[in-house]
Amino acid sequence: MQVKGENYNVWYDKNNSAVNFDGALRLTGMQDYAPILQLLNEVASTEPPNMVLDLQRLEFLNSSGISMLSKFVIGMRKKKSVQMKILGSHSIPWQGKSLKNLQRLMPGLTLDLQ
Amino acid sequence: MIQIFGNFLENLLAKDNLEKAQIFGDYVERPQQDEHLTVGFSPSAIPIKKRWRNNGLSADYIANYLATFYPINAHEPDSIDKLAEMKSAVSYIANELLENSMKYADTTALYPITLHTQIESNKIRLFVDNSILAAQAENFQNFIQELLNSDPDELFIRKLEENAEDENTSSSGLGFLTMINDYSAKLGWKFDTVEKDSPVMTVTTMVELAV
Repeated sequence: MQVKGENYNVWYDKNNSAVNFDGALRLTGMQDYAPILQLLNEVASTEPPNMVLDLQRLEFLNSSGISMLSKFVIGMRKKKSVQMKILGSHSIPWQGKSLKNLQRLMPGLTLDLQ
Repeated sequence: MIQIFGNFLENLLAKDNLEKAQIFGDYVERPQQDEHLTVGFSPSAIPIKKRWRNNGLSADYIANYLATFYPINAHEPDSIDKLAEMKSAVSYIANELLENSMKYADTTALYPITLHTQIESNKIRLFVDNSILAAQAENFQNFIQELLNSDPDELFIRKLEENAEDENTSSSGLGFLTMINDYSAKLGWKFDTVEKDSPVMTVTTMVELAV
């Protein structure tokens, strides 16, 4: 499973149940983010015991992208069997500022900034 | 006295009709005397989809340009981190402001979108000026009132929850709320009417960032 664009690449790695995000996501709105949201939901529907969103190489995310990730995380509150983890990087400043909001939406989520 | 040489062309807009302007929030307007940078776009010239990648390019350019005015201080160990943080904040905010202006500009109005920056010793102000349809302006002003009368943190979480419920939502003000909550920015707005062939409604959004 993969969604790829000019400046970004989002793909699922079955070996570690991680959805990897690379590049810069500046899509125009929720409609354009639908394929990525669908990929996330498809992975979640297989109910892996752990699901990782690896954002360590995601340099940029606009507010529509933040909205998309929030929507996914809110949906995951119902799937109590899946332990959610978000991997981020301290060297990408937006992640230190904005990723904590996802944890507020889903207190059971593990946020790991490296 | 003005002297013109060569094929000089100037098309001044009849603006500055401040009596009619409506101001919201922490709007600050200063004369352009210090360092500043203005980038202009013509929203009707090419379709929004084609123009979209320009938002990111312009935002990153503005962030890099502004970084020049806040040099790294070798005696302050965290100054490299601070600079990276400032560039990231400007890049995010400028991109959001441009995205909004591209989405909401009235493309029939032949009124340019301009992004203007002002630099002071410890703050940066970004201004985006664009035309707006009257109906959109009303919705926008309602949102601004809601924002000014709410706890922005609580409103942010509420909007994220509402967005998750609603399939078709497109304009939720989340960009503004992230600027306030995640970047501690101050926001202000000026709505105005510019007399052209027919009156054009305009809005200038100001974002002030402490650096």
